[in-house]
Amino acid sequence: MLEVQNLTKDYENKPLLKGVSFEVGKGELVCLLGSSGSGKSTILRIIAGLEEPESGAVLWQGRDLRDVPTHKRGFGLMFQDYALFPHKTVAQNIAFGLQMQGLKEEEISRRVKESLESIRMQSFADRPITELSGGEQQRVALARALAPAPNLLMLDEPLGALDHTLRTQLIQELRAILHQSQIPVIYVTHDREEAFGLADRLVILHDGIILQQGSPRELFEQPSTPWVAEFLGLGNLVQGVVTQLEPLQIKTSFTELTLSSSPLEFSEGQVCQVLLRPEDALIAPTNSASENYFECIVRDSLFMGEYYQLELLCSQTTLFARSETPAEVGSRLGVSWPADKIQVFPK
Amino acid sequence: MTKRPALLALALWLIPLAFLAYFFYQPLIAIFRVVFSERFSQGWEFFEWSQVSRPLSFTFFQATLSTLLTLLVGLPAAWLFAKFDFPGRKGLRSISLLPFILPTVVVAAAFNTLIGPQGWINQALMALFNLSAPPLKLLNSLPAILMAHVFYNTSIIIRIVSSSWSRLNPRLEQAARLLGATPWQAFTKVTLPLLAPSLLSASLLVFLFDFTSFGVVLMLGGPQFSTIEVEIYNQAMNRFNLPVAGLLSVIQLGITLLVTLLQNRVNTPRYGKAALNPERSALRRPAKRWQKIFVLFMVICLILLFAVPVVSLITRSFVTLEADRGQRGEVAVGLTLRYYRELFQNRSGSIFYVPPIQAIRNSLLYAGVAILIAGLLGLLTAYALAQRARFNKFLEPLFMLPLGASAVTLGLGFLLIFNRPPWANSRFPLMIPIAHSLIALPFVVRTILPAIRSIPESLREASRTLGANPLQVLLKVDLPIVLRSLLVSLVFAFTISLGEFGATSFLSNPHAPTIPVAIYRYISQPGALNYGQALAMSSLLLLVCGLGSILIEKIRLPGEELF
Repeated sequence: MLEVQNLTKDYENKPLLKGVSFEVGKGELVCLLGSSGSGKSTILRIIAGLEEPESGAVLWQGRDLRDVPTHKRGFGLMFQDYALFPHKTVAQNIAFGLQMQGLKEEEISRRVKESLESIRMQSFADRPITELSGGEQQRVALARALAPAPNLLMLDEPLGALDHTLRTQLIQELRAILHQSQIPVIYVTHDREEAFGLADRLVILHDGIILQQGSPRELFEQPSTPWVAEFLGLGNLVQGVVTQLEPLQIKTSFTELTLSSSPLEFSEGQVCQVLLRPEDALIAPTNSASENYFECIVRDSLFMGEYYQLELLCSQTTLFARSETPAEVGSRLGVSWPADKIQVFPK
Repeated sequence: MTKRPALLALALWLIPLAFLAYFFYQPLIAIFRVVFSERFSQGWEFFEWSQVSRPLSFTFFQATLSTLLTLLVGLPAAWLFAKFDFPGRKGLRSISLLPFILPTVVVAAAFNTLIGPQGWINQALMALFNLSAPPLKLLNSLPAILMAHVFYNTSIIIRIVSSSWSRLNPRLEQAARLLGATPWQAFTKVTLPLLAPSLLSASLLVFLFDFTSFGVVLMLGGPQFSTIEVEIYNQAMNRFNLPVAGLLSVIQLGITLLVTLLQNRVNTPRYGKAALNPERSALRRPAKRWQKIFVLFMVICLILLFAVPVVSLITRSFVTLEADRGQRGEVAVGLTLRYYRELFQNRSGSIFYVPPIQAIRNSLLYAGVAILIAGLLGLLTAYALAQRARFNKFLEPLFMLPLGASAVTLGLGFLLIFNRPPWANSRFPLMIPIAHSLIALPFVVRTILPAIRSIPESLREASRTLGANPLQVLLKVDLPIVLRSLLVSLVFAFTISLGEFGATSFLSNPHAPTIPVAIYRYISQPGALNYGQALAMSSLLLLVCGLGSILIEKIRLPGEELF
């Protein structure tokens, strides 16, 4: 439905977006994920028509939106600071978009009422905006953006300003409301938990380009670059050098790792980065003969509820591993990573 | 996209700049031209040095003295409002703001009813000691001018200094005390230096107002006390010596410009947030004995200062006194509504007589036209200034200059350029409301601009994403938010126009005066009826301005300042 083609945009004479393309399908919830300052909000503003790109195009159902002003695009945008009208009540804020469509009064009040019900704030209708808490404002802003039934809904870090407990609770609510609405959604965030909790598809923006896109599961299992792996917090990234090709062997500062296979081509002597996921670590007795076995010193052992997180020092490198049992701090410990679970990226 | 705000700003500037060029800079240039053409045809001998030096030195002298006296009253008052909570605090604060909105002629008339020969004090003394002539000759003296200036400007010190004082972090002074400073040392070494910028800025503003004071000096000072402003008026209107009047205007303009620049420079806060109170300042009830005495003393002083002249004016306008007897024979001593009734009667005996009701009608008409012009231009200018355009930095001072030029200078310039039809049409002299709107314009812009700037861009963007076209954005988002300030500024402009005396005294047709001009004329003519009518009109003007200021207080948003 929505196609974003090769957007470029400069900010203060430096390139911010260097050719960004992605699509949003019918009823799809796409999470645009990237660190702060990566230009995520700018992409939303370009799609909304609030800013113009240096080059590239935004297409809606195949039609170029270049000459369509913001108010005729029919795209909803929920602002990071909510941008609720301070001179209007909750109900008047929600009614605004409906009034712009020129609907009849009865129709407007009916839909405002429905909308208030969907965010469970019926009794707040006549409250001034200034009396709402952060979470209440967030819900009103969402209801206002959804009320005119936009063709596309964009949310710019909607949970950004809220505390953690409230966020987890609101993610659930958001998912329910967004799925119910059947409207395609672009959700911008820098928080991977939020993204994994909501997205049908993730789009990762870094350094002005899209590094990777796919379902949360695809990204989780096959991050395309070390940056993605690190950004998604998938595990330990360790530098190494390829010493042998068949089977692939990589020398790191603390051990020589053997990998069962890699979809990528490497050459001998090539510098690369290895991803060792904490949840794949196997705690082994010392002097074990299992593959990719090495010994380290336990620096810390943290109880995390379902597992213990061990901080291990292997030569000069710190690795994190999960274990079902605690380990004594300061003791020597053997670990191994199964050859088929290790991923490698060219540097 | 980046070029659009600049283009928009330029378009918005177009009308205000054209207006300003035609109605402000053209008259200003005319003044310069009169002076310099005289200089080139006659050399510098066209004036005598004493014509300039005498009013100049007196103006400096009285302005400095007035400012010092104002500080003497204003500083303790600022402390009172910054630190103490006491019953009636809000009411007293409102009263203290009243002078700011009172027209000069009203203040002059009020002081006349207090200390003038027909005023309360002299009348009381005469009745008490059975004297045949007023014993105190305070009118037409320096103390009268000083009193009126202190009355006028104490509110400025209170407003500016008390607000920055209450924002000052009290822990800084506490820290000084813990480090061994006495209360006096803590005040002089910590509080006073931190207050210095606002103190200096407020003092310079007061100095500026005292320096350019016209109506008060003209009406309370009498012929022997001529400030630059009064001398401009004398030279232009009584001696018809335009070159000397122009020269004085040029000098006056240069000095006010300098003081304004200085005032802007010292006004910049220097310490950022470091000196600011992290919490909302806690006012405390006076607890110690000396605090209670101080608060009580200050409250009494301020009530005397602010309320007595006003009460004196109003009561005097309802009373006929012994002194008034005999002038028309039939006057009875006591309460009377006669002065008010006379306002609506037409006694066309004298040639220069104008029915008072007509002055009221004129004033209302001019004020109505003036607020239309000032409102429209003010909106355009404020929107232009709100755009992010680089040239705004250069255009803003160009625009705020009318604030620095005195009303008298403006009046003189208008007299030179616009004293011809259609501007000086005897039925409707358009130049008067135009001059009023120029005087009100900076206030209008300064009131509206913060409101426009307070609208986050995201509100406009949000309404656009919700389907509002540019006009709808303006009507549904901007207008409701700006409306309050616009109303405040219009009420303010209205009271400015009603009370404007400096420029109007140059421009009004003898047969069509405004209220202040009529008051000036009545009060300077002999006779109890004239005096009484001047007071009745002053009281009515006071009432309107008082209502205006109440209205402003009611509709303005908390935290907004008018200057």
